[in-house]
Amino acid sequence: MRVLGYLVIGIFFGITMFKSEAASWFRIYEMFQFQAFHMYGIIGSALVLGVLGIQLIKKKKAKDFNGEEIQFIPKKKSFSRYMFGGIIFGLGWALAGACPGPIYTLIGAGYVSVIVVFLAAILGTFVYGLLKDKLPH
Amino acid sequence: METILQPWPWYVAGPLIALIMFLLIFMGKQFGMSSNLRTICTMCGADSKASFFDFNWRAQKWNLTVIIGAAIGGFIAMNFLTADPAVAINPDTVSTLEGLGFESAGGAYLPDELYSLEALTDWKALSILIIGGFLIGFGARWAGGCTSGHAISGLSNLQLPSLIAVIGFFIGGLIMVHLLFPLIF
Repeated sequence: MRVLGYLVIGIFFGITMFKSEAASWFRIYEMFQFQAFHMYGIIGSALVLGVLGIQLIKKKKAKDFNGEEIQFIPKKKSFSRYMFGGIIFGLGWALAGACPGPIYTLIGAGYVSVIVVFLAAILGTFVYGLLKDKLPH
Repeated sequence: METILQPWPWYVAGPLIALIMFLLIFMGKQFGMSSNLRTICTMCGADSKASFFDFNWRAQKWNLTVIIGAAIGGFIAMNFLTADPAVAINPDTVSTLEGLGFESAGGAYLPDELYSLEALTDWKALSILIIGGFLIGFGARWAGGCTSGHAISGLSNLQLPSLIAVIGFFIGGLIMVHLLFPLIF
């Protein structure tokens, strides 16, 4: 039953990514050229609602569907990993024009070549795991 | 139905993404997609190569289910909910891209020059997909998250680390598009 819930959320996410064109290489290029409001509008409106909703959850000490109080784990404070890792991710995001969510959506939509990006992303993750202790965090 | 078949505007998509994040929060989980790549590494046996992959991947099965759904969603959207997949980007963007050799700009969902099946036999296009994917996987894990984990989940929770990461995403993206694209294409 829970599995079905996650599957439905995923389907809903995939449809939203595809239909909003947030999964399109062209929209990401256009965003980095600052030539459309579209992507900024998507992220911005999600954020406004996200910030308000999370404040409300914290204030009301809201419980999740299991009846447990919702906890938010703060991210560990540091600079290097977020800045350097972020820049590397940004370079890949703009080059391949896909994020780790839409990759699956695009494969499902029938863009077979995206499987190459997917396999390379797995390889990148694996190499990060091997080098982790040598990188600044 | 006619409206659904058209591209969805930002003011529909953004709130839906927030809703997806809240559904996962209320199921006791977090919205973050790139961690699945680590899970897949572990499932393939990477835990014997590096301690980073030594964790109970079964606890992440829920997130793997989400990405299977994301693929099914892509199939449904492409085949049943889209009249024309061409993305109507800004005409100025189209002409810039045409100048770089992207003839498919404005007429496709993904550039044929990189993502068509023929492009797979072109060493340059293939290298771009491999390098791009590698940077996505490496960078997302180094930064501890991607667009969903930092730009949506983290910023919604007003996390300074996520702000630093998102600034990094944009520095990287801007360097790629403005400085490296003219050299690559």
